[in-house]
Amino acid sequence: MLHNALQRLLQSILVLLGCALMIFIMLRIIPGNPIAVLMGEHADTAVIERMTAELGLDQPVLIQFFRYIGGALRGDFGTSYSLGKPVSALIASAFVNTLILALMAALFAWVLGVISGIIAAVKKNSILDHLFMGASLLGVSMPVFMTAMLLQYFLSFRLKWFPIAGTDSLAGFLLPAVALGWNSAGSVARLVRSTLLEILEEDYIDTARAKGRGQLGVLVLHALRNAMLPVITMMAIQLSGLLSGAVITETIFAINGIGRLAVQAISARDIPLLQGTVLFSAAIVIIGNFIADSLYNVLDPRIRRRG
Amino acid sequence: MSGKTLEIRHLNTSFFTQKGEVGAAKDICLEVRPGQIVGIVGESGCGKSVTARSVMGLVKYPGRVVSGEILLNGTRITGISKKEACSLRGSEVSMIFQEPMTSLNPVIKVGRQVEEVLLIHKKITKKEAKKEAAKILEAVGISDVASRMECYPHQLSGGLRQRVMIAMAMICSPSLLIADEPTTALDVTVEAQILRLMKKLCEAGTSILLISHNLGVIAQVCDYVYVMYAGRIVEQGETFTLFDHPAHPYTRGLLGAAKSLRSDAGLLKTIPGVVPNLLHLPAGCSFSPRCDSCMDLCRSEMPDMLPAGEKGHLTRCWRS
Ligand SMILES: Nc1ncnc2c1ncn2[C@@H]1O[C@H](COP(=O)(O)OP(=O)(O)O)[C@@H](O)[C@H]1O
Ligand SMILES: [Mg+2]
Repeated sequence: MLHNALQRLLQSILVLLGCALMIFIMLRIIPGNPIAVLMGEHADTAVIERMTAELGLDQPVLIQFFRYIGGALRGDFGTSYSLGKPVSALIASAFVNTLILALMAALFAWVLGVISGIIAAVKKNSILDHLFMGASLLGVSMPVFMTAMLLQYFLSFRLKWFPIAGTDSLAGFLLPAVALGWNSAGSVARLVRSTLLEILEEDYIDTARAKGRGQLGVLVLHALRNAMLPVITMMAIQLSGLLSGAVITETIFAINGIGRLAVQAISARDIPLLQGTVLFSAAIVIIGNFIADSLYNVLDPRIRRRG
Repeated sequence: MSGKTLEIRHLNTSFFTQKGEVGAAKDICLEVRPGQIVGIVGESGCGKSVTARSVMGLVKYPGRVVSGEILLNGTRITGISKKEACSLRGSEVSMIFQEPMTSLNPVIKVGRQVEEVLLIHKKITKKEAKKEAAKILEAVGISDVASRMECYPHQLSGGLRQRVMIAMAMICSPSLLIADEPTTALDVTVEAQILRLMKKLCEAGTSILLISHNLGVIAQVCDYVYVMYAGRIVEQGETFTLFDHPAHPYTRGLLGAAKSLRSDAGLLKTIPGVVPNLLHLPAGCSFSPRCDSCMDLCRSEMPDMLPAGEKGHLTRCWRS
């Protein structure tokens, strides 16, 4: 099992390195000299060249890459051109907001998704089932900007229950978290329902009933434990998606998170900052996948012993 | 006390499908006496499992018991509350299923799954439950119990898993054990071991209702046999009587097919025709279209169970 985990860890690191290289190369083949943009329209070509050399941008891409990785290993992701601060510090302060938003969104999505999924499965074909599944269909198919703007318009602007934007208080995170989590809630509800329905047909559920377990005991002790296996995997992947920055939600609700930072970096052609945020998001997703895999391994004995 | 472990009176269980009501068990009357192993035999789809599940109160949706009475040790168990039914299942009457590979929960250690039955029905500590579980697992012939209890189901062979199922079913010493094709998924040597174990359990005081489509299995262990066809009992009698003097053409057909399978007569003997669709049963006797000695009466009227010679030997055939 340990060997298995080590192998997957190594794989994750390789994927991360590959990602970094791709990001690096892509940012360098887009046309236009970022230094020229940085210095403004009327900058002297000599000055631009000197700056380019100073920042090491005249070196071959691969050399630049290894320098970058070397710095990254020491926690140095360069300095933002546009904000003049270390990229690592900018990401760290943005991540706090993204983290709060992501955790609240996940909590909302999972509690709602799991509970409505269970009810829908147990009361299959009832009004509640149809209601929940209709809502979850809306959840998975409504684009997040639409949910976000509808919530913002009705609950903040019209009813004034929530602040329109900003993160002065925790309440400011509530609406964005709901908007962001709505999608995940829908997919979790659907997955919980379908896996649970499948599992309730399994032979070992009959065995549990034959033992004298009541409806609730069968559901909680025998069905849910098995049904949660794929659901937990989905959750880990969802969480890593949420943590890697919600560009749209953060922009609509003016939350200074990772997503918004990346957007700022793009508009300012701030290559170190963009590189840093994109790499950070990629790392979060890769870590999330690693955790999802590991969880599955821990929770399912059939896989656990095989490694 | 009526002196009967199980008594089924005129049981009707149907599935209410979109195409209509499927009568899977019709007018079933059946008895299991203390210390007996009673068999139900018949082709696949004839309603054996539905009958067993009706006793357990575990008929699958969209099926349900429509009418009839089931008595366990003289007490009516049809129409009791869900809670009462739960307290009987696993303690007074228990059931083991055909597929040992899928009948155990894959994510729970087998020891825990056996202990669970005790923890549901008895007020005992986990530690005591564990001790009891080890005892019963040893009694059903599992060696190296301590380490096996820590295994997950997928780490055990089919035969071992079925023993675990039996241990689980027996741990509360129920008065009735229902075994639905307990050896169908196992190979022949393991089958023989499991059948021997069931005989032992019966001698220790548990009555058994054994379901099989295999006449050989029934002949080896049963005291009394019911033959089912298309949802009905068509013949019943002591095992020896029934095997030596089958009274129903269907039973004769089954026995003939089984015999030709064992001998090397070359051609396999089969019963001509196919099992009828339960939604569109023929008028009269359900077996009449396949019967080699069918009369006009058979095509118009379903016979009752009629005496066929020996005492306790009944058959649903006009020619008896
Ligand atoms: N879920 C179901 N829906 C509809 N009909 C069913 C269902 N389960 C069983 N039946 C009907 O009940 C009949 C008997 O099934 P069963 O008792 O499982 O047969 P067996 O004798 O092989 O155990 C089947 O032929 C089928 O017509
Ligand atoms: Mg069956």
